[in-house]
Amino acid sequence: MILAHTTRRILGQLRHDRRTVGLLVVVPVLLLTLLYFMYDGQEQLFDHIALIMLGIFPFIIMFLVTSIAMLRERTTGTLERLLTTPLKRTDLLFGYGIAFGVAAAIQASIASGVAYWLLGLSTQGNPALVVLIAVTNAVLGVALGLLASAFARTEFQAVQFMPVIAIPQILLCGLFVARDQMAGWLQAISDVLPLTYAVEALQEVGKYTDATATMWRDLGIVAGAVVLALVAASLTLRRRTA
Amino acid sequence: MIEVKDLVVVRGRRTVLDGFSCSVPTGSVTGLLGPSGSGKTTLMRAVVGVQKVKGGTVTVLGSAAGSAELRKKIGYLTQAPSIYADLTVRENARYFAALYGLEAAHADQVVRDVGLGDAARQLVADLSGGQRSRASLACALVGKPEVLVLDEPTVGQDPVLRDELWGQFRAAAAAGTTVLVSSHVMDEANRCDRLLLIRQGALIADDTPAAVKAAAGTDDLDAAFLRLIRDRGEDDAALATKEAGE
Repeated sequence: MILAHTTRRILGQLRHDRRTVGLLVVVPVLLLTLLYFMYDGQEQLFDHIALIMLGIFPFIIMFLVTSIAMLRERTTGTLERLLTTPLKRTDLLFGYGIAFGVAAAIQASIASGVAYWLLGLSTQGNPALVVLIAVTNAVLGVALGLLASAFARTEFQAVQFMPVIAIPQILLCGLFVARDQMAGWLQAISDVLPLTYAVEALQEVGKYTDATATMWRDLGIVAGAVVLALVAASLTLRRRTA
Repeated sequence: MIEVKDLVVVRGRRTVLDGFSCSVPTGSVTGLLGPSGSGKTTLMRAVVGVQKVKGGTVTVLGSAAGSAELRKKIGYLTQAPSIYADLTVRENARYFAALYGLEAAHADQVVRDVGLGDAARQLVADLSGGQRSRASLACALVGKPEVLVLDEPTVGQDPVLRDELWGQFRAAAAAGTTVLVSSHVMDEANRCDRLLLIRQGALIADDTPAAVKAAAGTDDLDAAFLRLIRDRGEDDAALATKEAGE
């Protein structure tokens, strides 16, 4: 019950912030359109990159939104107050996961709709799988954002965790250099980064008509990373502070 | 009933409370007074169970402070308004009510009780400072708490509202709630059943307002506190001189 009310409260905050909602919807669409014109006449390349971006945008955006939202809970004292109420720490963390997951589902559906229908993106597999992977990625962004906010004291610090956590994953996920062409140690790092598996899952949807076992395994790994990050985040959320 | 025994709290390099003991009786309003930085907020945070403590015990209604069964029974108002600025007053109150399993209608009533009936649909971000702290107060009152811990609840309120709010605290106490309230407004201290005066983390008076005034030999609470604090200060100075001489 408390989880449902907390989810609703977070969505309510989002609803009052129309400009943020607008940005959440419009920014991925604009960036995809930019890609479309960049790769004008190179359809295969566009298909390859746009597909991966549909997974990466929600990850980055939800990471940023969550780490700032959670940091605000800490700095405005609402977190301290919540921790004196019957609310359990998991209610709060899962509340964020679900609320921003819902926002990400809307975002990913619109971005995918535009990509497929207006920009001519084509994949062998079902677009619904692309949306599913994008939402899982967004929830991964939420979970890592909740964790990262524990290590930031100010908004300035919080936003800087984005390049630290997101950019290495984007560089090493196989988008710029195929993973099997990387040096062994880079590949080893890439192996332990969750975004690598999200990107592989998207590529599977691009290549094959039916959902493959590799895709489901990859999605499972990303979901596992979400659980790990949430457990770690709950450990950093102390009721008693100095 | 709140019982604090030999409480030691260290924040950073500073020992804020060093072996502090006091008790707050059930169904009364106890005022916590002292200069800024004397440890009032730290003591309140220890009572609601969010302060890391180094030693001693804090017992609230027979349970250790911060234990799960107490969280249903405590209402806590932080010094700075801690509510969601991007929600309306009503949405804030309803959310906090829901955490205690209480209805939206009850939350709306509490919003009216703190004098925000007309502002219920406004975003907290758009409120004045005084309205904002009342919205925060509503969220502390909304859980029907048995123990109410209020850190400077009337700062920035006009005299009429202050009077109304104190009426509410007194009514809560009459209904059996234990109210611990910090303040530095002396006419408010006069409305408490008991006063705890802290200075530099030590308790220097624990009595009724009348007895505190009698002990200091003055009718004016302001003057009484100044005298008690200065007497203590001179004691400290004398002790320091003596120690330096030895």
